[in-house]
This record gives sequence, C-alpha cells and structure tokens, in this order.
Amino acid sequence: MTKLTPVLSANWDEKDSFTIAGYQRAGGYKALTKALAMEPDAVIQLVKDSGLRGRGGAGFPTGSKWGFIPQGDNKEHYLVVNADESEPGTCKDMPLLMANPHVLIEGMIIASYAIRANYAFVYIRGEVAHVVRRVQQAIEDAYKAGFLGKNIGGKGFDLELVLHVGAGAYICGEETALLDSLEGFRGQPRLRPPFPAIAGLYAKPTVVNNVESIASVPAIIQNGVEWFQAMGTEKSKGFTLYSLSGHVKNPGQFEAPLGITLREILELAGGVREGHQLKFWTPGGSSTPMFTAEHLDVPLDYEGVSAAGSMLGTKALQIFDETTCVVRAALRWTEFYKHESCGKCTPCREGTWWLVQMLQDLEDGKGTEEDLAKLLDLCDNIAGRSFCALADGAVAPIISSLKYFRSEYLEHQKNGGCPFDPVASTNFAAVKS
Amino acid sequence: MQFTAEQLKVMDSIIARYPRSRSAIMPLLHYVQSIDGYVTPRGIEVIAGKLDLATAEVTAVSTFYTQYRSEPAGEYHVGVCINTLCAVMGGDAIYESVSEHLGIENHETTKDGKVSLERIECNAACDYAPVVMVNWEFYDNQTPQSVKDLVDAARAGNPPAPTRGPNKLRSWKENSEVLAGISDGLYNEGVSAGEASLRGLKISKGEK
Repeated sequence: MTKLTPVLSANWDEKDSFTIAGYQRAGGYKALTKALAMEPDAVIQLVKDSGLRGRGGAGFPTGSKWGFIPQGDNKEHYLVVNADESEPGTCKDMPLLMANPHVLIEGMIIASYAIRANYAFVYIRGEVAHVVRRVQQAIEDAYKAGFLGKNIGGKGFDLELVLHVGAGAYICGEETALLDSLEGFRGQPRLRPPFPAIAGLYAKPTVVNNVESIASVPAIIQNGVEWFQAMGTEKSKGFTLYSLSGHVKNPGQFEAPLGITLREILELAGGVREGHQLKFWTPGGSSTPMFTAEHLDVPLDYEGVSAAGSMLGTKALQIFDETTCVVRAALRWTEFYKHESCGKCTPCREGTWWLVQMLQDLEDGKGTEEDLAKLLDLCDNIAGRSFCALADGAVAPIISSLKYFRSEYLEHQKNGGCPFDPVASTNFAAVKS
Repeated sequence: MQFTAEQLKVMDSIIARYPRSRSAIMPLLHYVQSIDGYVTPRGIEVIAGKLDLATAEVTAVSTFYTQYRSEPAGEYHVGVCINTLCAVMGGDAIYESVSEHLGIENHETTKDGKVSLERIECNAACDYAPVVMVNWEFYDNQTPQSVKDLVDAARAGNPPAPTRGPNKLRSWKENSEVLAGISDGLYNEGVSAGEASLRGLKISKGEK
C-alpha cells in the first residue's frame, strides 16, 4: 500500500481517457447531474465545507472565492480558468488536460452554475498544441452532449465555454494580467482592489481559478465532503498532484494527500539518481524559496511548507543533486524573470536586469563578498514593490540560495569561475561508478 | 495581396466567439501567422479593421507576446527549453550543439527556410527533461544527438513524430491554426499520457 490517492489521474492509463466516452465510462458528468439538482448557493457551501484550496499557488479557499461574487446584481458573471501553466518546474495541468480535459469542463460547468455565470473561459498557454487540440475537442463534445449551451440538463441553465489560447507570456498566469490579456490587451497586472470578484473580466464579477482546483470539484460533489476531508491535513484538505522532476530515478506525477513529504515521494520514485545526493529542491516552482536535504520531512501542505520558510506553490518538486551549481541555477531563473517581467513596475523591470548582471559576475568568478550584500539589498528593494508577485518570485531563488549556499557563491571568486562541470549534471552524463 | 473571402469569414467566426470583439485579437494573430508565417503588416491591418482599433494598438499587443513573430518562422520551429531544470539536465548542451549544427543562433532561421531556433522558457513538461518543442509539440527526454537527428530528418521532410502528440508532425503554420482555435481533427492521435505522467498511478496500482 502506498500513500498515493489517484483521483484526477485515476483514468489516465486508459487509451481513450481524453474522450467523452472514456470520461463517462469512468463516471464522468455524474457530478454535474447531482450539482444541477442542488441550489447554486448549496454548491458553493459544499465546496466551502470541503476545505478545497486553490491549487495554482496561493492556496485561497475556492468556495470562499465563489462566495465573493455578488448575487442578484443584474450583472454578467464570468468564470475564467487559468491554464497558463508556466511557473518553472510546474507540469501538472498540461498532462491533466491532455489526458482528461473533461474533468475540467465538468468542474467549470458546476462552478459556473454555482456563481451564476453564463460565460466561461479556459485561458491556456499557447505553447502546447496537442493539449489545445484535446481541450478544444472536449468542449465540442460537451456541447454535442448537451452539457454546454442552452438549458443544460433541462434546468434552464445556459453556459457558453470558450477556449482562449495565449501566446507565450508567463505574466499571464497572474490573474489580473490574464484578464487584461483575455480582454485583448498586453498582459499586465492590475492594481487591486478592486478584486476580480467585483471588477474582473470586462469589469464584471469574475472568478479566476486554477485548472486543478476546478478539476477537483466534480469528485468532491460526487463523493462528498467527508470523503475529501479524510485526505490531507487539518487545514490542507484533500488530494493534489505533486510533480517530481530533475535528478531523480523516476520523475513524474504523484497524486497524493496534502501533507505527504518529499522523503516519501522520493522513496516511491526510487530516490535521487544513482550515485548522487540531494542538494537543493523547490517545493512549488522557482518562485518558492528553495529547500535542502534538511527539509525532506517537511509536510508538503500549505502550513507545513510555509512554517519551514517557503510556499507550497504549485507543488513542483524540482530536484537538484550535488553536481548542480546553485549560482548557475539562480542566475538562470533570474534570467527567466527578467525576460518575463511585463515592464509595468519599475522595481521589477529594472531590478531584474540588475540582478542578472550581478549574478552573471558572481557565476563568472568576478563577484566579491561585498556584492553579496549588494545583491541582497537589491532584492530587498525589488520584493513587495510591484503590482504583482513576479518580483517577489524573482528574488526567492536568490535569497534562499544565499541562505543555504553562501560559501558556494564565494568559491566562484576564489576559483576564478564556476567550479562545477555542467556535463556532470546532465542526464546523459555517464553514471558515476 | 488581400486575404481571401474564406479567410475573412474565418476571422469573423473567431470574433463571434467572444462577448466583446477586442478579446479576439490573440486568436486572430495566431490565425494570421497560420496564413503568413508571422505577423505581417497586412495581418495587423486586417485585425485593426475588423476590431475597430488603430494598427498601433494591434502592434502593441502583438509585440508583447513571444509567440507572435515579426519575421517568418521555419517550417519546423525548434524550441529548446533552457530554463534552469532543463538546462541543467542537458538543455544547454542541446541548444549549443543544435545551434552549431544548424549554423544559426536564437531567433534565426536556416537559409532554406526549413528550421528556426529559439531558446524557450519552461514548457510545463519538467518530468520529461530535457524537453524540446517543435511547432509546439512535445519531444521528451532529448539528447544533443537526438535533436541533431531530429532537425536533419525534418530538413529532409521526414521529422519523427512527437512523443506526446499527433502521429505526424505538422508544419508551424498548420499548428498556428490549431492555436487560433481551429480544429484539425487530430486530437485522437497520440498517447493519453506519457510514462512520467503515469508514474504515481502505476505505483498505486502495484505496477512498476
């Protein structure tokens, strides 16, 4: 027996798991019938009671988000699903949508019914043609089956669902930038308040949820609050997808109750690659401060990771062994944030360029100990000084790597350059004997 | 040269998907790329006309997003992931070797117009690192040699099939049409999930 709890991924090994027939054979669209027999407010209450929290990074309670939509306001409401999965290390929503797009669509219909939205959008990143095909077809088939369109299930509920394909911009994973992008503008974050629940898409009340959050809803409706709460920890209920990548024997998706530890997941995955040891890892993507081997037993739930000084984020467990230069890693992530900064806020737009220059010098062995203080000072002047969290994410790998590997930064200077052999960390390097 | 009546009709159907027309700007840009191979001046003009915007407003959007190109892509657009995890696992070595092999740098296209190259950011397939995307299809677990072989085969008109995608790799323009939300009917091809995606499921079932 393992601790794993495949729910979203339970039918991915079926050849036709992505078709409407395959999904219905696995019990799909039964939760919709059940939800449509309930009052919309009762659906919101049930999701609130379940304790489901956002799986896209922030961990905000999903039911509460739905409850913020003002009802009886005579305005259109919108549901927007964030499928712009781009956080480095994060690779759960794309395989989910490739293998089982209907579970998202069923969840979206239920969520739209609950918040009383008649228009819903999936905003998917543009660099995944085959995932786009699968979602597009799933939407078409849901229309044909009468799950979308007019008078769904004979209950007088109408819903139009549109797939919107992005075009390569990490920032559009930020919910207000996503809304601007969906409105046809450059994807730049908005100042909040007003929050999307009051003035979101087209300035109308809007719920923005992550793919996995919405996809978790049908199972909760179908199996009930108690079933869901039997998994997870006190404040982090349910199951979730952990994505293990990097220097491990068997990388992949592991669907488990919240609160599982990296030690347990690594054990299932056969451990760190042969002949090597864990050096550092991210609990939830590059924007979450890195951990080391001393954090192997941190419960991977919202509270546990936060208490240990990082964030659960997207549960993207990127594993790096002792062959990896942490300065190179931090530099490359910083180059990413520099490239993806939307340019709206000066501290982020200018600061990420400065960070790259300083880190490049440090990686090349041209940085001094004084530069480390300057680097941290710079981080301090960037984080928390912009509209959105991109800049906060940008400084996370730098501050956390300096916390755990300060001496490695200085070794670069002593060595006159990077002391690591990049070939040794590739997965086609000969296995160390 | 004008867009055909048929193409203009497709543009109208894209606009009709949205409650407000301006929202159609992104799929329209993908659609223009599927016809012209990049965002052409005539593409900007037709979108501005249809959405009642200034051409500068359309250009402002187009230049914000990296997938919209100001120059033609190759028939096979090769994106090598060089974000940290893929880079460390071999993406840097892959990029260097394929760049040297083709004699082109980031954002350049071979003289025969067949292959263009791009350093791409995380493409949400980290459990298959190092990852290479061709025309935005997944090529998982690559090596410098496998990517050199891939581009050679592509130039010879016979690219290997994506690891998780349709049975036959389609051209960059054809896939741009998919990104515009126009179905090519190939959703049924390829695996439901790759090996790494099934890792936890198989362990939970006692399969290895």
